[in-house]
Amino acid sequence: MKNLRNHMGIILPILVVAGLTIWPTITDSVSTRESAFTILKAIALASSLNILLGYTGYVSFGHIVFFGFGGYVGLYFINDQGLSIWAGMLIGGIASGILAFLLGKAILRLRGAYFALATIGINEAMKAFINNFDLFGGPIGMTLNFKVYKAYGGAAQALEMAFYVMAGLAFVALLMSYLVRTSKFGLGLLAIRENEDAAEVMGVRAPDAKTWAYVLSAIVPGIVGVLFFFKNGNVEPHSAFPLNSSIELLVMVMLGGQGTVLGPIIGAFAYQGMRGFLVTSDFFKDIQLAVSGILLLLIVLFIPSGAIGWLRQRIPALRRVLA
Amino acid sequence: MTILLSVQGVSKFFGGLQALLNVTFDLPEGQILGLIGPNGAGKTTLFNAINGVYPPSEGRVIFRDKDITHAKPYDHARMGMARTHQIVQPLNDLSVRDNVMVGACFGHENQNLTNAAKIADEVLDFVGLAIKTDQLAGSLNVAQKKRLEMARALAARPYLLLLDEVLAGLNSSEIDGMIQTVLKIREQGITIIMIEHLMKAVMNVSDRILVLDYGQQIAEGSPEAITKNEKVIEAYLGDPKLAQQLLEEE
Repeated sequence: MKNLRNHMGIILPILVVAGLTIWPTITDSVSTRESAFTILKAIALASSLNILLGYTGYVSFGHIVFFGFGGYVGLYFINDQGLSIWAGMLIGGIASGILAFLLGKAILRLRGAYFALATIGINEAMKAFINNFDLFGGPIGMTLNFKVYKAYGGAAQALEMAFYVMAGLAFVALLMSYLVRTSKFGLGLLAIRENEDAAEVMGVRAPDAKTWAYVLSAIVPGIVGVLFFFKNGNVEPHSAFPLNSSIELLVMVMLGGQGTVLGPIIGAFAYQGMRGFLVTSDFFKDIQLAVSGILLLLIVLFIPSGAIGWLRQRIPALRRVLA
Repeated sequence: MTILLSVQGVSKFFGGLQALLNVTFDLPEGQILGLIGPNGAGKTTLFNAINGVYPPSEGRVIFRDKDITHAKPYDHARMGMARTHQIVQPLNDLSVRDNVMVGACFGHENQNLTNAAKIADEVLDFVGLAIKTDQLAGSLNVAQKKRLEMARALAARPYLLLLDEVLAGLNSSEIDGMIQTVLKIREQGITIIMIEHLMKAVMNVSDRILVLDYGQQIAEGSPEAITKNEKVIEAYLGDPKLAQQLLEEE
């Protein structure tokens, strides 16, 4: 019983993801499924970014690089080497993890704004590299051979399957976020976020811990990238490495509450909902990014701990439920 | 007597500034070594050199028979060295218990979370912060933050504890409480080096005292010998009458 009480924090996140998963089945509509797919994708990416941003305190403006890079590598193996989507996802996730490990060794020694700037540079450098990398189709990118979908019972079935796989990935991301949050490793990360020098004096191996946090935050985005471009049928440099998506991810994590398990999930939900409204409205459709910029500004100014963080501060009784 | 820590000819230069010059001493297990000296004498720099924050430019630091001169602070922590900071460094957005658990989890006993929580509660009780356990560390006052620093260091169950001005900024009743705590820590068999400006406190508590001035070690010995040492009186205390006065007043 006590064990169950200690793990109440994961109940709400699971309910949200489960609700999103069964929502399209209830309404039985493809457009609902597409909306839910987008939200689940945002939840998976935002929860992953939260491990680095929320727990470790390192702001990455280029987290989408792992989504794009993993997606490219996975799609190459599916399309050109004839591997299954499962093998492709595995390879994409591992590729992103390795990239994060190598990058982490190089740039995680930077702190604060310098790290954030380096992450932007990496995203742009990767985009430029892929643009000139012929194996991955250069500027044209790669288009999935339609025959690939046959193995999954045709394109319509493959799209439906992709939705449930995405739901599974969102679940994996939130579970990972929760396990990190409640582990000894996670306590070390929180200590680094609060005061890296003090954490080192207390024995936290900050360079190692930061690198592993970066790797963990990169794996799911890599897998999500493979699935997304598999479903899309093609990948191009500008759709794989959009800087604005990185910033939107930051807004989601900050909006919901960085450093909490539920926060990025709520943030992803709310932001995608708002975005859906903005891009379909006549007035806002061209300036929806400006709205997210203003939103970020307002969050940083008035509720820096995000919605969930704010609730936790105001109502201590909720702390057990809102992990 | 086993030598726990041996500092051999340690010097530290920051560019042209010579912060420490050829500091040498041995610290036997179970003793309290007081480290005194005027402002800017290099006391905290010596701590940083021992602790791995700034590796020494010259010389060696031997801890439990291992050369740790160029090891990182987290290696020192894992080998059983813990410290408090002169300027408190709480992990503000974590609870007091979590702060102390970091010490227990990553210190040299490398505890798991369940044990660390138990140790944290014990240690917080020991330093008198038990009622603040669930508060955020940022909400504590200075005296409580100093105790929190101490609790974090103790939770690691270190062999050697470096205390950097734990009495500064405390009122007289808080000082008495803290001195009792320091003595109790020594009873547990933990060796201590303490930097302190309060003469009365450092004289009463220390087994031996080391005096630094302009980065140089100008005297070392028992508290009585130090108060009578002319070099010390000249460099540090000014005139002998003032020394006597300081000892009596505080």
